[in-house]
Amino acid sequence: MEINGVTKQVLDVIDSYGFKQEGAYNLRLDGMAVCHGDSRHIHIVKKEDVAGIDIFISGEARNEQVHIPVVMTKEGIDVVYNDFYVEDGADVTIVAGCGIHGSGCSESRHDGIHSFHVGKNANVKYVENHYAEGPKSASKVLNPVTKIYVGEDSVFTLETAQIKGVDRTKRETFVELSEGAKLFVTEKLMTDEEQDAVSDMEIRLLGEHSSAQIISRSVAKGTSRQVFHPKAIGENLCRAHVQCDSIIMDKAEVSSIPEINARHVDAQIIHEAAIGRINDEQMMKLQTFGLSEEEAEGVIIENFLR
Amino acid sequence: MLQVEHLSYEVTAEGRQSEILSDVSFSVADGEMLVITGPNGGGKSTLAKLLVGINRPTGGRILLDGKDITELSIDERAKAGIGFAFQQPPRFKGMTVRRFLNLAAGRSLTEDECCGLLGSVGLCAMEYIDREVDATLSGGEVKRIEIATVLAKEHDLCIFDEPEAGIDLWSFSMLVKRFEKIHKERKAGMILISHQERIIRMADRIMVISNGQVERMGGAGEVMPQLFGEEVESCACRQQKGGVLCGD
Repeated sequence: MEINGVTKQVLDVIDSYGFKQEGAYNLRLDGMAVCHGDSRHIHIVKKEDVAGIDIFISGEARNEQVHIPVVMTKEGIDVVYNDFYVEDGADVTIVAGCGIHGSGCSESRHDGIHSFHVGKNANVKYVENHYAEGPKSASKVLNPVTKIYVGEDSVFTLETAQIKGVDRTKRETFVELSEGAKLFVTEKLMTDEEQDAVSDMEIRLLGEHSSAQIISRSVAKGTSRQVFHPKAIGENLCRAHVQCDSIIMDKAEVSSIPEINARHVDAQIIHEAAIGRINDEQMMKLQTFGLSEEEAEGVIIENFLR
Repeated sequence: MLQVEHLSYEVTAEGRQSEILSDVSFSVADGEMLVITGPNGGGKSTLAKLLVGINRPTGGRILLDGKDITELSIDERAKAGIGFAFQQPPRFKGMTVRRFLNLAAGRSLTEDECCGLLGSVGLCAMEYIDREVDATLSGGEVKRIEIATVLAKEHDLCIFDEPEAGIDLWSFSMLVKRFEKIHKERKAGMILISHQERIIRMADRIMVISNGQVERMGGAGEVMPQLFGEEVESCACRQQKGGVLCGD
């Protein structure tokens, strides 16, 4: 299908791998699945009862990609349920994300409810970028719910980024790890003006030798507010490391509340949390390269969120 | 050429004024190496920060190639041709060594150029180029990368604040050779703040700063014997008097 200019522009921002109508893909535009394709190993089936799709990934998939972006250019509320079924041994990258091109003066809201059922020995990377643009009068809201069940000896990498422009977000992430399963989470968030962001995360390390690494980095500008609440629960011999770092600017407010909970004598769980302004010495160092104060600040933020 | 005229720096702390540097004047010609040495707390690093623009002097002026740069900001001085290696370089989360060197050079360096720069400060490029300049690097590694950032671009004047601090002996030898090479090329003026005899010996001129003032200034042949001779003498005297160890 022909994709219009605004949609393409938003897709370019949210799909860093490059969206193409090739292989396995599904584009949801203004509450409707407008085009989709399957590949040999990845099949997408439209749900009958609710809005959303089921994505079946074969164990034969090797280094394959599936793109399922969502673009909203109209006001309204879009609630969508996407379920992923990943077979044993599959190796796949799932590129999701939502971009809102706000218009008018009421709310544009997308609630993406995703669940991942991952078999044994699989390798799954899930990339999700959130972005919004448009006038202040149009409220842009994204409330993703992500449930991940990782099978034995599988690796799940979750990379989420809220790039800019989202007025309100409440992220809920729930993960369960089986024996030998590994989880890597990188969460990046930038808020400005009067924006509000809440991220709740619960990681349950159920299986022996399961492990989790959660890195959360954020920048809060203007009068924006951010609340992080990652919780790691060790129920077996396991390892988990939670790290939350935030740069605070202007009159913003950041709360970082990492929680660790051990229910087994061999559970090793660590958390670190830090909030601080941009370091003066970093600024000075970059200025000795010839960068202006503004440029130096931009470089520090860009790298911090990279 | 750098000309420093009657530079002074005062600070007010708890209602009291204290003079950190007083009436410091000197010059560094293009291609010349000036080593600044002297006791800790004497004002060496403060002087470097005044030259780079991190602190503003309360008196005097600084001229680079005849142009008054006293009122210029840090980045304006960098653009005018001053490079600076911090004594205690900051670390950056998320900044790769490659990106850091590109920023320092003001352009995108080739793989070979990055390798050459890291190699010249004793770091294996393949091991470091994609690592972050963060807390996972040791103090010595960060320090060597800091020196590489100054070498990444041609400057009219390079200032290194205690480049030897935190560097192992093997890398220190490499570093000395690198400084000798720059010195031989006779392009950039260099100011090295150092306590190391091997670095001090390389100098065309040595300036001793103590209590915020220039205590002595001259060629290596002139100042070296005074500097190290006196230290030996004062040590010997103290040992004779009370058997106290040198440096106590």
